[in-house]
Amino acid sequence: MTTLDQAQAPSRAAPATGAARRPGLRRAGGNLVRILLVGFFAFPLVFMFMSSLKPDDQIFADLSSIKAFLPVGDISLANYTGVFDTVPAARFLINSIIITTLIVLVGLVVNSMAAFALSRMRWRGKTVVLAAIIATLVVPFETFALPLLWWVNKLPWFLFQGGQLYYTTGWLDTYRVQIFPFLANAFSIYLFYSYFQSIPTTLDEAARVDGAGWFRIYRSVVMPLAGPAIATVAILTFLPAWNSYLWPLMVVQTESLRPVMVGISYFQQLKVLWGQIMAYSTLITIPVLVMFLALQRQFIRSIASAGVKG
Amino acid sequence: MAVTQETPATSGPRAKTPTTATGSTRRVRRRGEATMGAAMVAPAVLLLIFFFFIPVGLCFALAFTNARLISPEPAKIIGFENFTRLFSDPLFWKSLRNTFYFAVVVVPLQSGFALLLALLVNTKIRGVNFFRTLYFVPVVTSIVVVSILWKFMYQPDGLINNLLQTATFNVVQGTDWLNNPTAAMPAIMFMSIWQAVGFHMVIWLSGLQTIPGELYEASELDGAGKWQQFRYVTWPGLKATRTFILVTITIAALSLFAQINVMTQGGPLDRTSTVVFQAVRVGYGQQETAYASTISLVFFVLVLMVSLVQRYLTRERG
Repeated sequence: MTTLDQAQAPSRAAPATGAARRPGLRRAGGNLVRILLVGFFAFPLVFMFMSSLKPDDQIFADLSSIKAFLPVGDISLANYTGVFDTVPAARFLINSIIITTLIVLVGLVVNSMAAFALSRMRWRGKTVVLAAIIATLVVPFETFALPLLWWVNKLPWFLFQGGQLYYTTGWLDTYRVQIFPFLANAFSIYLFYSYFQSIPTTLDEAARVDGAGWFRIYRSVVMPLAGPAIATVAILTFLPAWNSYLWPLMVVQTESLRPVMVGISYFQQLKVLWGQIMAYSTLITIPVLVMFLALQRQFIRSIASAGVKG
Repeated sequence: MAVTQETPATSGPRAKTPTTATGSTRRVRRRGEATMGAAMVAPAVLLLIFFFFIPVGLCFALAFTNARLISPEPAKIIGFENFTRLFSDPLFWKSLRNTFYFAVVVVPLQSGFALLLALLVNTKIRGVNFFRTLYFVPVVTSIVVVSILWKFMYQPDGLINNLLQTATFNVVQGTDWLNNPTAAMPAIMFMSIWQAVGFHMVIWLSGLQTIPGELYEASELDGAGKWQQFRYVTWPGLKATRTFILVTITIAALSLFAQINVMTQGGPLDRTSTVVFQAVRVGYGQQETAYASTISLVFFVLVLMVSLVQRYLTRERG
């Protein structure tokens, strides 16, 4: 978005200067606030995890004391095994893994290729395409989700079975309807585009002199240099894909096609087994959490770049 | 999100053909370049046409028809009927009011709280990364999981009321948060801020780190206090970040849906029904695509207004 381009590499300056004057007291106060805030942000998640280990009656019994946040009493993994018997929880997980993986991987290829053509090559209509892609950035998904629902129900699909071509209408209740609308992403294209602009063209010119074609320059020269952009786009497409809710809620009826978030929201409405609900919540949060903790710096940088350039 | 026009539309003197090429090979190569360029951009463009431009166009078109999600009969054009229905629909007005209520409270609180957090973790003390990470954890937790979890905690005899009682030595008695018409929306606001504030903390932080440290040193030499430093160095330095944060939080607040769908279904007494929730209830629940498109159009106009205000703000001062 607005003009922070020069801020691409934030100078990690500007430390707390005032604190240097009266280090002791002020720092202690600051740290106390920081630690209290850790409690504020962590307590619901700690509660979720601890409850997932307890039988339902104990969850309620522990609510009125500090025990709600401690792994005490009748601790077991019973809720974790139980949830797989109550709902097709494994199915939901597999569905989300398939959908998310495809959105991230295919999205990386489609969007980086488009960005490459936009940043590196000359072709007619480029200006219009770039402007159109950038214009899409302001429109949130919620504005066109319902017309899109109507539209995907009208889309055709071709099947080739037993030597014959079949034609069907309507994409509702499929995997593809959960994947296709999210492959091309204007923001990903924009992130790749700005990154490619910073890679010197002398490299591809050299490759062209050696006879490399455009696709080869994209694949073997530019993409290998685009690691940070790839990581950013992967992270920024992974999160909403894994957490997607509104769209699959509308387009999927069959239980066996549900992704995790829709799965758990129905589970929570139908059966009040809080221990199991907490167990499944923990289970679907952990993959994201682990990935976040492992790639923390990259995550934070991606989000920050979303802010700086968004 | 919102966009500058100063983005370079053409990429300048890139892709120079090597000087050794003769005229004709250059022309052939350039034609090849045009074909290849179009081919490489085609998948993304086709996908955007099918899953963005057409649906956005349909949003406008369908609002003037009687289209239903599943119907044997083709949609008919009915003019402004959906709009007259919209303007006399009390549930729509309630939803619009609730959406504004949510935005008016959440936008300043969340951006202010996020700035406070960013200032707290923008230091070089040991372990500051630990704090940044933990404040950010709710952001990577799905809003659906968060909503289910808080729904449980907001129960009359749930964790929140127990904590309130303990913390105030039984002086404050909680309420049935999500079933109390006046408490339901604030409860959802509180939870939403808890979940999303870390995101904006990170964005403020990246803004803070673009302010040169020398400015702080200079102001300190001039004898500026903490507040003066904030007022005359930090705040002006965050101009661009500020606008961005306001716009993203406002648009996110106007899009409120998941929390409502999981926690209250619009109740109690429609006090938490929102514009997007109504659009989904009508367009998916009742399969009235046309009317849902009309509601979506209102949402579209709201978002557009926010971006226009942002344009105005950045243009006037920049």
